[in-house]
Amino acid sequence: MNAVSRFVRKVTILLGRRRFGRELDEEMAFHREQAEKEFVAGGMTAEAAKYAAMRQFGNATRLKEKSHELVGFKAETVVQDLKFALRQLRKNPGFAATAILILALGIGASVAIFAFVDAALIKPLPYPNPTRLVDVTESLALFPRGNLSYPDYVDWKRMNTVFSSMEVYTGTGYGLSTPSGTEPVPGERVSAGFFSTLGIAPMLGRDFRTGEDAPGAAPVVILSYGTWQRRFGGRNDVVGQTVNLSGVSHTIIGVLPRGFQFALRDNAEFWEALQPDTGCEKRRSCHDLNGVGRLKDGVSVASALAEMKSIAQQLERQYPDSNRGQGASVVPLSEVIVGDIRPILLVLLGGAGLLLFIACVNVSSLLLVRAESRRREIAVRGALGASRARLSRQFVTEGLALVAAGSMAGLGLAYGGMRVLMGLLSKDMMIGMPFLRGLGLNAHVLEFAGCLALLAAMLFSTTPILHFRFSNMRDGLTEGGRTSAGTLWRRMGANLVVIELATAVVLLTGAGLLGKSLYKLLHLDLGFQTDHLATVDVGLPEAAFSKDAQVVAFGRALLDRAKSLPGVESAAITSLLPVSCNCDTDWVRFVGKPYNGIHNEVNEREVSAGLFTTLHAKLKSGRFFNDGDDATKANVVIINEALARKYFPGEDPIGKRMGDTELTPKSIREIVGVVEDFKDAGLDQEQWPAEYEPFNQSPYTYFHLIVRTVQDERAILPTLTAAIHQLSPQAAVEEGSTMTQRINDSQTAYIHRSAAWLVGGFAALALVLGVVGLYGVIAYSVSQRTREIGVRMALGAPRSSVYQLIFKEAGRLIAVGVVVGLAGSVGAAMLMRKLLFGVQAWDAGTLIGVAVVLAVSALLASYFPARRAASVNPTEALRAE
Amino acid sequence: MAKKPDLLPGTLDMLILKTLTRAPLHGYGIALSIKRLSDDVLTVEEGSLYPALQRLLLQGWVKAEWKMTETNRRARFYTLTAAGRKQLGIELSEFEQMIAAIGRVLRDAKEA
Repeated sequence: MNAVSRFVRKVTILLGRRRFGRELDEEMAFHREQAEKEFVAGGMTAEAAKYAAMRQFGNATRLKEKSHELVGFKAETVVQDLKFALRQLRKNPGFAATAILILALGIGASVAIFAFVDAALIKPLPYPNPTRLVDVTESLALFPRGNLSYPDYVDWKRMNTVFSSMEVYTGTGYGLSTPSGTEPVPGERVSAGFFSTLGIAPMLGRDFRTGEDAPGAAPVVILSYGTWQRRFGGRNDVVGQTVNLSGVSHTIIGVLPRGFQFALRDNAEFWEALQPDTGCEKRRSCHDLNGVGRLKDGVSVASALAEMKSIAQQLERQYPDSNRGQGASVVPLSEVIVGDIRPILLVLLGGAGLLLFIACVNVSSLLLVRAESRRREIAVRGALGASRARLSRQFVTEGLALVAAGSMAGLGLAYGGMRVLMGLLSKDMMIGMPFLRGLGLNAHVLEFAGCLALLAAMLFSTTPILHFRFSNMRDGLTEGGRTSAGTLWRRMGANLVVIELATAVVLLTGAGLLGKSLYKLLHLDLGFQTDHLATVDVGLPEAAFSKDAQVVAFGRALLDRAKSLPGVESAAITSLLPVSCNCDTDWVRFVGKPYNGIHNEVNEREVSAGLFTTLHAKLKSGRFFNDGDDATKANVVIINEALARKYFPGEDPIGKRMGDTELTPKSIREIVGVVEDFKDAGLDQEQWPAEYEPFNQSPYTYFHLIVRTVQDERAILPTLTAAIHQLSPQAAVEEGSTMTQRINDSQTAYIHRSAAWLVGGFAALALVLGVVGLYGVIAYSVSQRTREIGVRMALGAPRSSVYQLIFKEAGRLIAVGVVVGLAGSVGAAMLMRKLLFGVQAWDAGTLIGVAVVLAVSALLASYFPARRAASVNPTEALRAE
Repeated sequence: MAKKPDLLPGTLDMLILKTLTRAPLHGYGIALSIKRLSDDVLTVEEGSLYPALQRLLLQGWVKAEWKMTETNRRARFYTLTAAGRKQLGIELSEFEQMIAAIGRVLRDAKEA
């Protein structure tokens, strides 16, 4: 007989339970009758026979129960236990609500954070065999991960033996004519094998063919799914049509699948076959590409790196001028994509873990207090014959009921928390982290929640069981049993509270340090005045602005127009806004200085004459540009103090000349001014040397308009956009923004802000939980010592000494908790050093502040039980015994 | 109730199955039959008989149906199934092996 048919029979019996009972009754009645008959036949009276039969038969109810147990499921008694457990929880709504809420907070926070960790760290690359994908780029001393030049890429691709394929991609933008005017749309140029390297095939149409990325091939483009839906109505006949991108007609050959994402450039709407036709891609020294490779089977990242390094060395020997110092970098693609947010997520997960830990400790301690108060009930049940196993099962059931309720509520909180966290993310951040799009309560996250619930359930059901194993159950029947176990719990509870307070201190310190870092970051002296600055990004169609003079003329007209707008103080143009990055760099060499071939990397910006005055940057020496510094005049350049310090120590740089690495005559510029350093780079990046060239001498078709206003800078943004479109309808204008907003939204500020808020949130929760835990322990201790306090007061102790008694107990716990916590905080802060800015891990102000906050709130929490103790009526306390 | 020897543990199922090899019986009949065949040495407690019968039903070794007795009373009669017969064979051979083994040990103990 196998288990299946046994199960089926059990189910049948369960369904016909009434009939089963009736038949058993009838059968047993028959048995008794037969026995009775036999006794009568043996000479008994009818009455005596009946009793004899009943006696022999035994307890019919117990007998029936045994049969029932045999055919029934264990679940039936479990249901009984569960009903009892729920009744217990209902009877103690305060306990139930507190325990469930605490548990829900702990589980909710952990699950919400885990969902992010899961999305970002566990499956960031939605491609087949993602671990074989690597990021391949050139490297420099300053840029461990730089960019590739096209000629280098071609050599790398040809010479390497480690990649089954190696492709390149680079960002671009197009002006797309739409009914509402020319719109700038982000795009990506990729080599032909890019998608097949990732392992992605278009859902409609075809992939690029080899050769479509060769110079002169007909331009072809693949659409992203969103673009296909939004701009082309999701029509199937779109393949084969042409689309005009920045004045060039491209044939649409395919549409990417819906789920496709590429974390580094996820906003690209059009994916074009990369033809090396820009000036940059013809030169070996111009680096504008990113490489991605798929490792051959059995090749490790390390061996790939070794081979690429040796290829780079070979090229360095072959092309000493352009390739000097150009090494190679091969890192797993996932590292490039989530390397930045990994430490933050891990810190958050750590915080959530600590919170869950505190929550579990608190609920365990509440359970212990309750187990203590149920000592007599358990003892009575034991005395009445409940087996140890049955009693234990009751605790397990109660623990499970608690955890089930807590987990359900926790999942709800987690869902809400995820929405809130996603809300914190800006649109730009989402472009870099498309893997977060799938965030939600998916199977992984639910599994994690299930594991947490299981652990919690195990903890909460074993806590009371262990408690009763320690103490002799018979003690529970006697009133005196209270004291020994009471002391045991007090000692244990006290230790738990110390841990909780210490944890709260660690989190509070973390939040304090991160908050201070954020403040320092946002109040950094940037070297210019950030308020009242409005900025708009402008892209001119290259087809219509192919000559430099056209761009210069447009720039002049635009600035005139902007300055004439009401409320505008000054206006300027720059190729890259301040507070962006240490990027767009140039290699420079100085006339009359010895040169050893080193690449002197400096930030390079093309700016209009009014930029420095618009920013309120200060001139150190020399002069600013004027509008007349254009192609008709001698080439000039302004440098920042960092450059002057590094390359002209103790000299006056004004009048000196600099140029490219070969000092090509047309690259030579005369230094006419030195400005005080202002922030070109991201907020937490170091100040680099920078050179500023006149926009009118080296114009770009993509630039930023920056305007200083008298009134609110936000109000002028629509006017600026309209003004640009009036001057050139084909100009692509991106939604403008203010300087302060850009700084606040910058990646660096964002990371610091969200870390501070999140850890701050955890810290607040931890503080509340820790203080509640302390309150519980002190309150319990007071209730246990009522008699002692009564005796003391009867003997003449004043109320103040009772306060002293309780505060001394609480104070000791708080002091130990704070000291342990502070030690832990310094350690934890050292671990998250990467996230700190301008603050030391042992920042005294923060540590003292945290200690004070914690001590005050903890003392407040122990004030209430102390007051209760002091208001004990001695006579009543003594009579209660 | 220490006056009569208890059944050897695990033998009740076997005894019930064996009793049923001759004819279908009701619960009381089984108890009576075991008692008589053992010359009143073995008494099956009702407390173990009915749970045991449920266990055998569950395993599919016996079938039960309501029939009339000779005295025209309704009673539940248990019948041995083919699986039950096979099970009986297994249990008998195991039991005999056990008895033989115990016997060997006891003989040995006497000789020593």
